[in-house]
Amino acid sequence: MANNPTNIVPLKKKRPEDPLWLRYLLTILALGVVTLIIGIPVFHVFFRAFEKGPMVYLDNLFGNPNTRHSILLTLSIAPRVVFLSVIFGVAAAWAIARFRFPGRTILLTLMDLPLAVSPVVAGLVFVLMFGMQGWMGDWLSKNNMQILFGTPALVLATCFVTLPYVVRELIPVLEAYGEEEELAAVSLGANGWQMFWRITLPNIRLALVYGIILCNARAMGEFGAVYVVSGRISGLNDTMPLRVEKLFQEYDMPAAFALASVLTFLALITLGVKTYLEKNIVHQQSDAGEKS
Amino acid sequence: MKPSKGSPLPGLSLSLGYSVTYLSLLVLIPLSACFIKAASLSPAEFWNIVWSERTRAAYSLTFTTAFLAALINAVIGFLVAWVLVRYEFPFKRFVDAMIDLPLALPTAVAGLVYSSLYVESGWLGQYLVPLGINAAYTKFAIVWVLVFTGFPFVVRTVQPVLEEIEPEVEEAASILGASRLQIFLRILLPTVFPAILSGFAQAFARGLGEYGSVIFVSSNIPYKTELAPVLIVTRLEEMAFPEATAIATILLIASFLLLAFINTIEIWSKRLGK
Amino acid sequence: MKRFNFELLFSGTNAAFLGGLVAFFLLFLAIQPIQKRAVSTTLELLHVSFDPTREVIHEINEAFALDWQKFKGGKVKIFQSHGGSGSQARSIADGLPADVASFALFTDMEAIAKKKLLHSGWEKTKGVVSPPWGTAIVFLVRKGNPKKIMDWNDLAQPGMGIITPNPKISGNGRLVFLSAWGYMLEKGLSDSEAREFLKNIYKNVPVMDASARASQVTFFQKKIGDVQLSFESEALMAVQESEGLLEIVYPSISIKVDPPIAVVDVNVDSKGTRDLAEIYLNFYYGTEAQRIIAKNGYRPSDPSIAKEFESKFPPMKLFELSVVGNSWAEVQSGFFGEDGIFDQVFKAIRNEGKR
Repeated sequence: MANNPTNIVPLKKKRPEDPLWLRYLLTILALGVVTLIIGIPVFHVFFRAFEKGPMVYLDNLFGNPNTRHSILLTLSIAPRVVFLSVIFGVAAAWAIARFRFPGRTILLTLMDLPLAVSPVVAGLVFVLMFGMQGWMGDWLSKNNMQILFGTPALVLATCFVTLPYVVRELIPVLEAYGEEEELAAVSLGANGWQMFWRITLPNIRLALVYGIILCNARAMGEFGAVYVVSGRISGLNDTMPLRVEKLFQEYDMPAAFALASVLTFLALITLGVKTYLEKNIVHQQSDAGEKS
Repeated sequence: MKPSKGSPLPGLSLSLGYSVTYLSLLVLIPLSACFIKAASLSPAEFWNIVWSERTRAAYSLTFTTAFLAALINAVIGFLVAWVLVRYEFPFKRFVDAMIDLPLALPTAVAGLVYSSLYVESGWLGQYLVPLGINAAYTKFAIVWVLVFTGFPFVVRTVQPVLEEIEPEVEEAASILGASRLQIFLRILLPTVFPAILSGFAQAFARGLGEYGSVIFVSSNIPYKTELAPVLIVTRLEEMAFPEATAIATILLIASFLLLAFINTIEIWSKRLGK
Repeated sequence: MKRFNFELLFSGTNAAFLGGLVAFFLLFLAIQPIQKRAVSTTLELLHVSFDPTREVIHEINEAFALDWQKFKGGKVKIFQSHGGSGSQARSIADGLPADVASFALFTDMEAIAKKKLLHSGWEKTKGVVSPPWGTAIVFLVRKGNPKKIMDWNDLAQPGMGIITPNPKISGNGRLVFLSAWGYMLEKGLSDSEAREFLKNIYKNVPVMDASARASQVTFFQKKIGDVQLSFESEALMAVQESEGLLEIVYPSISIKVDPPIAVVDVNVDSKGTRDLAEIYLNFYYGTEAQRIIAKNGYRPSDPSIAKEFESKFPPMKLFELSVVGNSWAEVQSGFFGEDGIFDQVFKAIRNEGKR
């Protein structure tokens, strides 16, 4: 059924229609739910952020050195995390989608583990590894290195929670394409890198961007895991979400909402790019002659 | 490390070496640190901690709130998916795109907004609280914010399945004299049920571990509104490491079982589809 | 032959090993572990403190930096970290590189001393024996005190909404618990009556936050509860911020709060910041810092400054720790340890709820 050719081009067949009143009722209910759960909160963030006018808004964002620092810190952590997740994602997806080897299913399940683990536990495990009361604390301190309560721990904890995002997007796409083109390239004498750059990468391009977008959104927004490892040092280890919480506790609600509005805005952009890419991935996949 | 089916494609060892090392360094070794720390307790001590009254209350709260939230999500998620697939209305694409917002929005922002919306002085709270609906600092508040964080899962698992149901099936049924309700109950619902279940389980798993948003809306009263993830942090900050890790271990195992359950449903529903 | 070489590199255990090495290297590159003894051109300190001192320490830090520039030249930057007193102690024990630490309670200082972060004799340092600041637990109520809360016994009335943080991790929470306990002992009530009383108080707590400031936000910003049991400094600040919406009620008796402050010996020695940290700590006793302390609602230790701000701090009857226990260590384990009085009180509330 999945390879049934009629599935590729969706035929606009008419379904038996529901009665008009039911359609209206259900549509209104559904829209009500979406408005209540998503619409109002988003609107509320922007309203509270801009309540006092755009100048106050900008001052709230850029006037305070600690808030400025938190924006810069998040902007420096997210690319590193995305970079690592992409390399891992491509490598793992390649191994899993193209080969059969013992332990493949276990690897697949273990990769999903960070999705199941509470972010708090994700932070906790790094405290246990690198804290002075943990495994490596003494050794690190003797060698003049510090990981916990600094950017390294923030990067690690964020990497932990974002690990599955890229690879999960790549595996289905790689599987959908099949290996024919790559096999052809190799048999024509291309080496591994040539094959990867000329065949594989162009094919998975959109899915990769999609994964990066999701990974980046999570990396910028993570709270629980980084909260546990940050040491709460203002102006040094506060990422944007942590700073939001701190401003909230310092009675600076307009500033908290201003920073929250930046994060919300980023989320909206993420959604926009995601929707655009989803459409294109679907097209691409159906071009590849597989089910979408 | 030889591929079992000798594939002529290059790069297995390299990519496998890379990904296994990366996964181990980042996830497996740190997680095992957690398990080993918990294992430093004797079985009796471990049992006392993970089964003490306070932790039991925390688990049961975590599980019931996550379960209720997932249940609500199953209902409203199905409703929204149904409307998005079957009906036309203005701004449909926009609404469709907004469904994923909870996945993209930092949970701390969600917590901040929800808590300020539903307190007595908030936009919605000022109307709801006099009616006796208190969606801040109660169990209901936790459920409600978990409904937000888990909202996309059911919608997104049900949507493609609903889309794939061929109109002919319904047509045939209605020609044979089945009523709309019968078609819905006998044909549509059973077809999408695995998808609902899978979305439900995903939302449930997400709810179990949620921290960033619930920290803003839960009131952290031991036995009443103290959630397991919050209890872990509290224990951690009391310097009670083994206790914290013991509770974390239980939560970890529960989430992992759920994950396995989700994968089984997915395999099952794929078979069902074929 | 090129092709052959390539095969050799990308299959077999060599390649797997190479991949592992690359993974390790990239991970290391991305996290770049901080070199602890990094030499920096600006002098830096980290002051880790409990929750409600955010503003006062911030102001003192600015004054200190100005002072330093004026008299010594050069820049000095002081970072701050705030959280529940107990959790901050835990972070320092875990390796948070604090140069200076201050806590709401003596027992938290004791906790990091136990981890060998302070040299012996720390109990006798100036910042611990006579801290530069003091405060007390007071009641913060809404305008006009609608529930007529005057003293501790009013809190046990049914239907009262009391906001106070979690005693397990917050200094504020512990001091509230002890103050209420001390009040009962002062009244000559027995141990079991005191427990009953505390049970009735804690039954009225709708939100139990992780720290003093979080409680303040719950009470003040989110408008939950009728009374907040707060540090005097927090209450004074809230009254000022609220522009007349909140008032302070001084209870008949309260525990004496002397938040200790100390240089974290092990950290300053390894970072080479001892001199700066000690100068910084001494700065707290200077006239300028004492005024800032008083302005921010803490009772200054300097008698002359205290006289200057006399009208701001009405005299209170404060009891010493010895009323509730022999030592902080005993109080900590007896009241807040595993299955201590606090845990028992909560179990009792729980059991009552079941019936």
